[in-house]
Parts: sequence; C-alpha cells; structure tokens
Amino acid sequence: MSSAAPVASESAVEAPSRGRVAILGLILTESAFFSIFVAAYVFYIGKSLSGPLPQDVLEAPIFSSMCLLSSSLTIVFAVRALRAGRVQTFALWWLATLLLGIEFIIGTGMEWHRLIYQHGLTIRSNLFGTTYYSLVGLHATHVVVGLIALTLVLILSALGHLTPRHAERTEVLSWYWHFVDAVWVVVFLTVYVVGR
Amino acid sequence: MTRVAATIAIFTSTTLPALANDWGMGAANRKIPQTSIFTTVSTPGDEVVTLALFVLAITGVIFVIVGGLLAYSVVRFRRQPGDDGREPPQVYGSNPVEFAWTTVPVLIVFVLILTTARTIYTVQAAPRPADAIGVHVVGHQWWWEFQYPDLGIVTANELHVPVSDPGHPTPTFLDLESADVAHSFWVPRLAGKTDLIPNKKNAMWIDPREPGTYLGQCAEYCGTEHALMLLRVIVHRRDEWERWVASQRQPASQDAAVARGRAVFESTACINCHTVRGTVATGQFGPDLTHLMSRETLGAGVALNTPEHLKIWVNNPSVMKPGALMPAMNLTDKDLDDLVAYMVTLR
Amino acid sequence: MAGMEQDIVLTSDAASLPLLGKVHEWVVTVDHKRLGLMYIGFGLVFFVVAGLQASTMRLQLAFPNAGIVSPQVFNRLLTMHGTAMVFLVGMPILTGFFNYLVPLMIGARDLAFPRLNAFGFWLWLFGSLLLYFSYVGAEGLYGAGSAPDVGWFAYAPLTERPFSRGNSTDYWVLSIFITSIGSIATAINLMTTAFCMRCDGMTVRKMPVLVWLAIVTSLMILVALPPLGAAQVMLLLDRFLGAHFFDTQAGGSALLWQHFFWIFGHPEVYILIIPGFAFASEIIPVFSRKVIFGYQVMVAASCAIGLISLGVWAHHMFTVGMTPAGNAFFATSTMLVGVPTGIKIFNWLGTLWGGKLRFKVPMLFCLGFLFQFLIAGLTGIHLAVAPFDWQLSDTYFVVAHFHYVLIGGLLFTVFAAIYYWFPKATGRMLGETLGKWHFWLFVIGFHVTFDTLHFAGLMGMPRRIYTYQPGRGLETLNLIASIGVIFQAAGVLCFVINVVRSLRSGELAGDDPWDAWTLEWSTSSPPPEYNFPTPPVVRSRRPLWDLKHPDDPDWLYE
Repeated sequence: MSSAAPVASESAVEAPSRGRVAILGLILTESAFFSIFVAAYVFYIGKSLSGPLPQDVLEAPIFSSMCLLSSSLTIVFAVRALRAGRVQTFALWWLATLLLGIEFIIGTGMEWHRLIYQHGLTIRSNLFGTTYYSLVGLHATHVVVGLIALTLVLILSALGHLTPRHAERTEVLSWYWHFVDAVWVVVFLTVYVVGR
Repeated sequence: MTRVAATIAIFTSTTLPALANDWGMGAANRKIPQTSIFTTVSTPGDEVVTLALFVLAITGVIFVIVGGLLAYSVVRFRRQPGDDGREPPQVYGSNPVEFAWTTVPVLIVFVLILTTARTIYTVQAAPRPADAIGVHVVGHQWWWEFQYPDLGIVTANELHVPVSDPGHPTPTFLDLESADVAHSFWVPRLAGKTDLIPNKKNAMWIDPREPGTYLGQCAEYCGTEHALMLLRVIVHRRDEWERWVASQRQPASQDAAVARGRAVFESTACINCHTVRGTVATGQFGPDLTHLMSRETLGAGVALNTPEHLKIWVNNPSVMKPGALMPAMNLTDKDLDDLVAYMVTLR
Repeated sequence: MAGMEQDIVLTSDAASLPLLGKVHEWVVTVDHKRLGLMYIGFGLVFFVVAGLQASTMRLQLAFPNAGIVSPQVFNRLLTMHGTAMVFLVGMPILTGFFNYLVPLMIGARDLAFPRLNAFGFWLWLFGSLLLYFSYVGAEGLYGAGSAPDVGWFAYAPLTERPFSRGNSTDYWVLSIFITSIGSIATAINLMTTAFCMRCDGMTVRKMPVLVWLAIVTSLMILVALPPLGAAQVMLLLDRFLGAHFFDTQAGGSALLWQHFFWIFGHPEVYILIIPGFAFASEIIPVFSRKVIFGYQVMVAASCAIGLISLGVWAHHMFTVGMTPAGNAFFATSTMLVGVPTGIKIFNWLGTLWGGKLRFKVPMLFCLGFLFQFLIAGLTGIHLAVAPFDWQLSDTYFVVAHFHYVLIGGLLFTVFAAIYYWFPKATGRMLGETLGKWHFWLFVIGFHVTFDTLHFAGLMGMPRRIYTYQPGRGLETLNLIASIGVIFQAAGVLCFVINVVRSLRSGELAGDDPWDAWTLEWSTSSPPPEYNFPTPPVVRSRRPLWDLKHPDDPDWLYE
C-alpha cells in the first residue's frame, strides 16, 4: 500500500549503515562511562592522605602507548586492504594490530607489577591507588575485549571465511579499536601529565 | 518451621505492643505548636516563606489559567450528539502562538531566578556577628551530639539556644559534621534543612525570636532508625539561657545515696560509650549523660524522660527503638534499679 | 487494506501447538513484537508486586507507631518499591512499547538487531529476578534472606561495608547493573532502527512524534545510564577490594556518589516520562480528530528537554552545602527545563482546541495525564526554587511531586497506551465499561493519596520514615492518604480483570478500530510476523490520513 505516488528523490535518500550507527552509539555510551572514572581521578588528585604519590612512582609508558596508537594505523591499513580485495595483506596488517595491542597489555602488566611489588601501590593503598588502577584497569579491560574480537576475526580470516564483503563489518570493529586508542590518549594525559 | 513460627510469635507479642506504645510522646508533642514550614520564627525560615508565597502565587495563577483552559476545552470541544462525523479543521501549528507561549514562561523563569538567587545569598552568605552562639553538631546513627566549644558544654538530642531579639540579634550558628553516614538537620519552623555529611563541614544559622520548643528530625535516610532520630530545639529567654548554661557547665552531681548505682555504671560497659563529666566515664560513642535528667526525652525523642522509661531503655533500648546501636545491658533487677536511681540524679 | 485476511490468533497455527511448544516459541523469539509484549507483561507483574509493597508501607503509615512491620522490613520495602518501580516497571514498560511500536510506525520489519533485542530482554529479566532473589538469597533475619535496605538511591557511605553488612547492597548493585546493560543494548538498537530503517518517503521530518521521542530517550539512556554503572563499579571496588572511592575515612567523598548518582538519576526520570509524552502525542490527536499542534516545536522541545536535563542534577542536592553560586546555577537550569516542558503542555492543549473530543478510555487517561502533569510541573517549579527546596527536600512534598509525575503522568499515559494499542497487539478491544471503572476508581484514589501527601510534607513529615509520633499533626493526613490506596488497588484490579477477559472474549478490533493515522494501523491486528506484506511508502506524517482524505492530504500543508 502506498499514499499517492512516491517522490523519487525522497526514496533515493541513503540511510546510514546500521553497523556504523550502532558502533557510534556504543562509543557514546562508553565515553560517558569512562568520563565518570576520569572525573573521579581528577577530583581526587592531591587528596590522598598517605601512601605512594604519583610523582614518586609513575613512569610514563611511552613505548606501550606508541604501540597502541600505531595499532590504530595498522588497522586502517588492514581494512583498506580488505576493501581492495587483498585478503593476505589484510591478515598481515590485522595481525600487526593484534600484536601491538598485546604488547600494550604486557606493558601495562609489567608496569602494574612494578608498582605493586616495588612501590607497594595497590587499589587499597590510598585514593591515588584506587583511582589509578580503576581507570587504567577499565581501559585495559576494553583493550582485552578488543583483542578478543580481533583474534576472532583473525581466526575467521585464517580459515578463509573473510572476503571483501566483510570489509564494512571490520571497519565498524576498527572504529571500536580507534575509540579504545582515543580513550588511552585521554587516560594518558590525565594520569601521566595532569595528575603528576 | 516451628522455630520460625515461635520467633514470629515472640516478636509480635513483645515488640509490636512496644511499637504501639508512644512512651508519653503523644501527649508531650501535643503541647507544642504544630510544625509547619509556614509558621516560622527565625530569619532563614522567614526568607523561605516569603519566597515560597511569591512562587506559590505565580504557579497558582499558571494553574488557574492553564487548568482552566484545559477544563474549558474538555467541555467546549466534546463531540456533540448530533455530530456529522466530519473531521474538524486541521490546524498544524501557529508560529505567533508558539512564540507567545514560549516568551511568557521565559520571562516568568527570569523573575523567579532573580528572586531565588537573592534569597540564596541572603541565607547562605549571612555574616556571623561577634556574639553569635556557636554550636558544633555531630550526627550519629540515630542521635544528635551538640557541643558548645566556647561554653564548654556537651549535650545531646535537645538543642538549647537563646532567643534572638530582632533589634539586637544573637543568632546561633551551627557547624554540621557526621560521625558516620549522611544525616540532615531539619527544624521546619526555624530554617530549611542542611545535611551532615562525613568528611565535609557544613554550616547553617538560626535566630529564633520567640521562646518555646520546636520539633524537627533527621531528614536524610541514615539507616534503621532514621525515623526516630528526632530533634527538639528549646529557645530560652535570656535569663533562662544563662541559668541553663551555668547548670550544664557543672560537672555531674555526686550523691552518696546512689553510690551503689554509680558503681554499677562505672564498672559495667556504660563508660565505654558514655561520658559523665567529673567521673571516670569518658566514652565518646554515645550521648553525654552528665545532665541526662535535664532533657525532656530519651533516645533522641523516642520516650518521655521518666525513671520508668529510663529503666526500660537501659535494660533493652530495642524495645523502644528497634535496631538502636546501644546494646541491651541485661543487668540483674537489683543492679538495674540502683543504676537508674543513680542516673536519675544526673540533673 | 480491503481483501486482506486477518489473523485473529497470535501465531499462525498456535491452536495446534502444545503448551511447551508455545512457551518455547516465546523463549527463543527475536520478534520485536513478542519481546515488546514480554517486556510490558513482566513489567506489569512487577508493578503489582511493587504496588503491594507500597500498599504495605501505606498500611504501616496509616497510624502513628502502627507496628505492622519492623523498621528493618519497612526500610527494605521502601528500597525495593523504589528500585523496582524505576528499573523493573518503568524501564521495561517503556522499552516494551518502543520495541513494539517503532518498527511498525516506520514501516520496518523488525529492529536493527533482533538478536541483540532478545539478549537485552533476557538480561533485563535476569537482573530483575536477581533483585527479588535477594529476599531469599542473602543471610538475614531468621534465615529469610535480606533484600537491600539502603534506599533506591543507595547513598554512600551508608552502602559501604561498615554500615551495610551482608550482601543485600551487593544484590542491589549487581541486579541494577545487569538490567542497565540490557537497557543500553536496547537503546542502541532503537536508535539505529529509527535512523537507518525508515520506509521510503519517511524522512526524519516525517517520523511520528513517538519515534522522535524514542530516539531522544535512547540517546539519553546512552549518556545517563553509564554514570550509574560507573558509580556502582566504584562501590563494588570499595566493598570488595578495599578501594576508597566513597570511603570518607581515607579522604574519599560521600558527595561524589551523590553527584554521580544524580547525573544518572535526573536524566533517568526524564527517560521515564518522555515515553509518556510520546504516547500522549499519538493518542490525543486521534481522539481530538486533529493533527498534533506544532509538530516541529514538539520535537524541538523534546530534544531541548533531553539536552537540558543533563545539566540539572544537583537540584537533588540543594541541601548538601553547595556554594550559593552552585545552588543558583542548578536552580536556574532546573527552571529552564520547565520551559520546553510547559510548551509541550500548551501544544497538547492546542491539539484539543477546536477538535471533536471522543472520551474513549485512552483519551480519559490522557486528559488525566494533562491535568496531573501540569500540577506535577508546577510543584517541580517549587522544588527548583532552591531555598524553598531547603524546606521541601526529603519530605513527603517531594514524594507527592514525583508520584504525581510518575503515576499521574507516566502511569496514566501507560494505561492510555495499553488501552489504545492492545487491539493492535491482540486483535481484541479492551472492555470500555470496565476501562471507565478502572479510570475513575484509579484517578479518585490517586488524588486522595497524593494531593494529601503534599501537605504532610509542608507539615514537617520527612521521607523514608517507618513511622511518626502521635501529636505531630500527621495522623489525619496519613490516614487519608492510605485510604486512597484502596481505590487505586480497586482500579488496578478492574484493569487486570479487563485484560484477562478481553484476551479471551474481547470485541474483535479489526485493523484500525480508532480511525487513526500512523502506519501500524495499516496492517492487521495482530500484525503478521513480518509486519507489512509490502513495505509502505509514505508522503506525510499521517499516511493513513492521506489515504482516507485523498482530496485533502497532509502533504499539501506540511
């Protein structure tokens, strides 16, 4: 059924892709979630009553951060390759992204190890410990979730199931990965620059 | 299952009648003028009333106009019995009308914002005169501690302040802190409420111009007995105030006739929580009892302060205030009688 | 429409399926209509449960020192009543209605992500059952478990370990956290559907108001629910890992919880009421026989409300000791949000004006809504005036205000929506007479209770108290308020009977029993699983008006 003759220009309007809109919605909501932890971190700067202080124990994780941020670049190359039909190239760039992300997590783990065992900073030490581990930990959790998703795609690609048809879905996933990187920029600035 | 049934039976037969008992407070409350936010006797409260009446007038007019239009349209535009079934004219909107009924509310809001801001600053930014009475209020789960640092007095649950002559004001400034969770100090006839929040110092002031008793209570949910964390503010004429201060500054009375009771008090767990000035009892967790009998009520307003009620309270506070943090002392009858005889001398 | 066979039953060959098969169909479904009905159905069940809890509270408060329940039980009742009404009644019912209606109104086949839709529903149901499981799950009084008793807003540090022993608070945290994830998933789904799956010719400027408001509500959910989740994670870290977010002994701030909670809490109440606006905006025009007055302004006002409502939260904190500037700022923003809200009331009034009002049950509930929401908005202005709020906050005046919004506003429009769309979902009409009984009993009871409670607040009665002393002048007011509950319960009983009876033997509805104008009325009642035999093409905001009035279609005018 229709109401009078459809106007051609109206029905030709291109609706945005569902995947993109949905991932933007997810990014919006996760941003709201992270903002609260950042707000708590900033609010409690300088308010610890005791214990290890940021300026005494924090060392900016430059190398890990560079790895994570360059993984945003490699994932862009990967998606482009898949779009162009170069599935092998895609798999290599995708693997590079995965490895860079894993390095970031290893780096975070090593930093936490140092903070806990060398400096005695835990989540219950003081307000700094509480806000530091929760904010960095929340971000790291999101990285791990991303890594799991990346691994699944890598497996699918290794099994030969990935074609240029899937380029848009991998792009949507890459937007999540870019978001995780962008959050790290904010967390890095808050913790290692402003907070010290 | 029978254990549960037995417990329910014991509960209903002991606690329920106890809960239904008002411990003399009904009669005591009826002697005090009705609480209301509109019959204020103190400047912060008065300022609110003035602003409130202004706002009520504006919203009242809005209600009459809009509600009236609503009622009118419901009556005027109902489908008539002989209706021909044709659709009425479809009016999609009207920009001038939208403009009008946007502008008017914005203007009203503008006026309200200005008057609101003015009252906020009048009340919150009031300067503190040199001869103001200073009271440090500490909120506890489910009682009020009042310290008068300049006068060397510590008391509980009933706040005594001098009357403030509008010509020569002697207001009382309160510093509010909490020892545990969030509470709120609210005596409607004197001022709006201000919260007591742990790790935060709040302040408020009152300047009551009429002597008398004013009722209030905690207004921030603080746990089991939030409902019975009651407040009494007793406003004294100047001469009465001086007498009250003088008597409160005295250490506890020492009556040899009740020595046995005093021994019970000082050897039982009482001194862990309570202070009686001039004795070994210096506990901080519970209310100061130095002048217990000078108070009108027990348990933060739960019961009239009589020896009979005191006996019930000391024996098992949960009978009057279920969940109260003071444990049942479970004394022998003799010890209890002697103890109460002693406490009754703490005027 | 002519010549189309109508399926009266809910599935094509349901009569032949055994009960287990039917249940299995509903359990595995990803159909937005079924999920929507399940959301609404379970929401109504929790409505009755939480309503009984409130009735118990009102019984206790009918007399001073009544002793019907202990303070501990009462505090659990008030916590569970509030928490359940917001998260287990309000959220699922509005989610259910948007779930059901948005695809139908935009001419789509389903939501954008049907499996995510099902996931969101089952997550919500799990979380809601977890909340009530606390009654038996945690260690407590005489082995009967213990539900949370910290209030629906769970202020720190009352919720920290020292003051909240056992696990009751943890049940509150976890169950609400889980239901919120479900809400967020559904919000992403609804928003994506509305943006990406509209039928041909339906630009965003031609979407029904309800679909616009579904988008606004979804965006607000995306932005406002995470702060609560974040605060809850922080509380769990405090309670289980010894963190110090709200630990005042370690320098933490009790106020931080309040800020985070109300950054969620205030937009949340708008998330709850905006769907009510959506229902009213669809129903009032149909029963006035007029197009909605000022469509663009209604949409713009709703977006403005959504946006401004993100900046008013500390009006719940006027008494915590903020600076005068802070109090003045939030008083200002709160009064400003009243402006677009008032504009909407005027536009509904403009829709009624000059119409031919038909007082069917959906319209009765909408008229009640208009009148009551007007009052609720005005008492909201009272509360926005910070110094007035210093007296009114945390009293029964606030309780009366928000019950006016949520019952007088939201619930009335929900009842209207149920009477209006029940025929579409089931193919049968709800009884008109029993519906009128429902309306009149309920509206009388509502006013008896909540008009009175305003005055209890003015006379000094704070909130969340399990009893009050005699001699405070509160006896009569409380007794009257409690009597009103009887009428409300009677009204709800009429409603339940009406639903049960009509499901079996209600009058057959047909496609379009109300002579309405949006796309859902163009398909059968109930719709087939695929919604539309052929995808619709529209040219205006009221496609069915255009069909019924080919000489005078909407697209000539807007």
